[in-house]
Amino acid sequence: MILLLSAIIIPFVTALVCLGNGNRPGISRIAGVAGAALLLVSSILLLKETLASGFIVMQAGQWAAPFGITLIVDVFSASMVCITGVIALACAIYSLREIPEKLIRKHYFALFHFLIMGVNGAFITGDLFNLYVWFEIMLLSSFVLITMGGERDQLEGGVKYLVINLFSSILFLSGIGLIYGKLGTLNMADIAFQLSRTEDAFLVNSSAMLLLAAFGVKAAIFPFFFWLPASYHTPNVAISALFAGLLTKVGVYALIRAYTLFFHTQFDVVQDVLLFLAGATMVTGVLGAAVQYEIRKILSFHIISQIGYMVMGLAIGSSLAIAGAIFYTIHHIIVKTNLFLIAGLVIRKCGTADLKKIGGLYKWAPGLSLLFFIPAFSLGGIPPLSGFWAKFTVIRAGLEGQHYLLVTVALLVGVLTLFSMTKIWAEAFWKNKEQADTDTDTDPYAGKTLPVSMTAPCIVLAAMTVALGLFSNPLFVLAQTASDQLLDPATYIETVLNPGP
Amino acid sequence: MELLISILIGTLFAAGIYCLLRRSIMKVIIGIMLLSQAANLLVFTSAGLTASVPVFANPGTGTAPAGHADPMPQALVLTAIVIGFGLVIFTIALFLKAYRAVKSDDINSFNRTDRIS
Repeated sequence: MILLLSAIIIPFVTALVCLGNGNRPGISRIAGVAGAALLLVSSILLLKETLASGFIVMQAGQWAAPFGITLIVDVFSASMVCITGVIALACAIYSLREIPEKLIRKHYFALFHFLIMGVNGAFITGDLFNLYVWFEIMLLSSFVLITMGGERDQLEGGVKYLVINLFSSILFLSGIGLIYGKLGTLNMADIAFQLSRTEDAFLVNSSAMLLLAAFGVKAAIFPFFFWLPASYHTPNVAISALFAGLLTKVGVYALIRAYTLFFHTQFDVVQDVLLFLAGATMVTGVLGAAVQYEIRKILSFHIISQIGYMVMGLAIGSSLAIAGAIFYTIHHIIVKTNLFLIAGLVIRKCGTADLKKIGGLYKWAPGLSLLFFIPAFSLGGIPPLSGFWAKFTVIRAGLEGQHYLLVTVALLVGVLTLFSMTKIWAEAFWKNKEQADTDTDTDPYAGKTLPVSMTAPCIVLAAMTVALGLFSNPLFVLAQTASDQLLDPATYIETVLNPGP
Repeated sequence: MELLISILIGTLFAAGIYCLLRRSIMKVIIGIMLLSQAANLLVFTSAGLTASVPVFANPGTGTAPAGHADPMPQALVLTAIVIGFGLVIFTIALFLKAYRAVKSDDINSFNRTDRIS
């Protein structure tokens, strides 16, 4: 139980410590990294305990289930909390040198940990209104983080990000209001229980659709994704890497939770919509990336197309498909954060992220090239890296479910993803840099060294990608356990509503 | 009463979305405010409106009076109002900074981050 709470309390306390030490950047930095490390340790213990016992439930203030706020982790939540810990630590270490001291004095680390608190809270809550509150905590911290540099691009991107996300929060709140009006409860397990008993469950379809739109905006799926590529390339690299890894995946988590737990009776209603949205998300994301020439913009569009694969797993809805979606989510969080962090290294080395202006990195920075190669081609789905197994699982589930059109789309998008990654590879790494003099034997990037605190997180994440590819079985077993648990909502409901003595 | 409030909520949503689609950033702020009030009212009305029977327990019996109002939406809406407050204040501050940086209040000139470089 204390492990469950520590997923919220550790970031909260760390944020308070950083908030109190705004004028002492040294202490802020130490506290920021130490808090993230502590969070990682506690979340690994949480995952271990959850695997042993199935569920960990806590009723806030000892109020019995439908009345109080329920906090609950199952294997899916616990693995998401665990991967959040990994990303938090990697980004915190990367921030030490990447974030200018000016921003650290503006409470960068406090906001960072408030964001992590919101993300973890969203993963472990069992109450719909509480989920809304955690979303708001996460959003408000992210609004400040994305605009904190105060440059024109950041403010512009921030405005777009803010308006669309506020609108989605309003849709979410309206959906919650309508659910309460119909069922008189907001506890996720209780909603599922009431819906399975009632004759007129179709009355909540309006809420199911409102929530689909609300979570869809957060997850950046097809018609709602325009805020993402407009804003993710503007802030400091550590910030955009954190966002790229975690924020959209909270939306995916909420979608999976919604349509396997509290709206599982209404799954048939949304299935066709989800199948269509998954395909459209994949295609638009990858085509958007094809025309871009700024590394972080290309990667932003790829977040969208990859979200399509996760939604595809959810939409197919079989045990294998949901396991694939979970596997894909975990793989994608690691790989995408890593790619953004490496884009930061390229920017540091070359001074710009515009592919037309850089080149020759393969010749002058071979280590960096290898580092980029691993996550990029994992994203493209080249065996034996983790992305191959993720795509393989989702596509195999699609074939078993006889969604041949969607599978064709997914395969084509895979090829186009590879094309985009090859474009970055060819432009930034292979082609020679155009230099003023014809002398091509001097290193144009000499003197631009990369600090260890920035390269180390990238190397560790790349090593994780390789390890997950070569030894994918443990993660797959984990995803399968989580998926079986998700597809058995009765146990979840029983655990929350009728706790044992 | 529910019917009147429902019409009001619908009107607020319509007005909010209309303002959100305008090109001036000031009207976008007004749109967000109207929409968040509409959502708050929707949550408040969701459990039905009960006039003048608050959930105060009778001192003698310790139970709530028959047909009492549901306190849950009131608690929810209070939370939502507070969150909405914070968000609107941040929105106004951000829009002011963005207005100073872009030097225009026309949403159409907020297009630098969408260009293909």
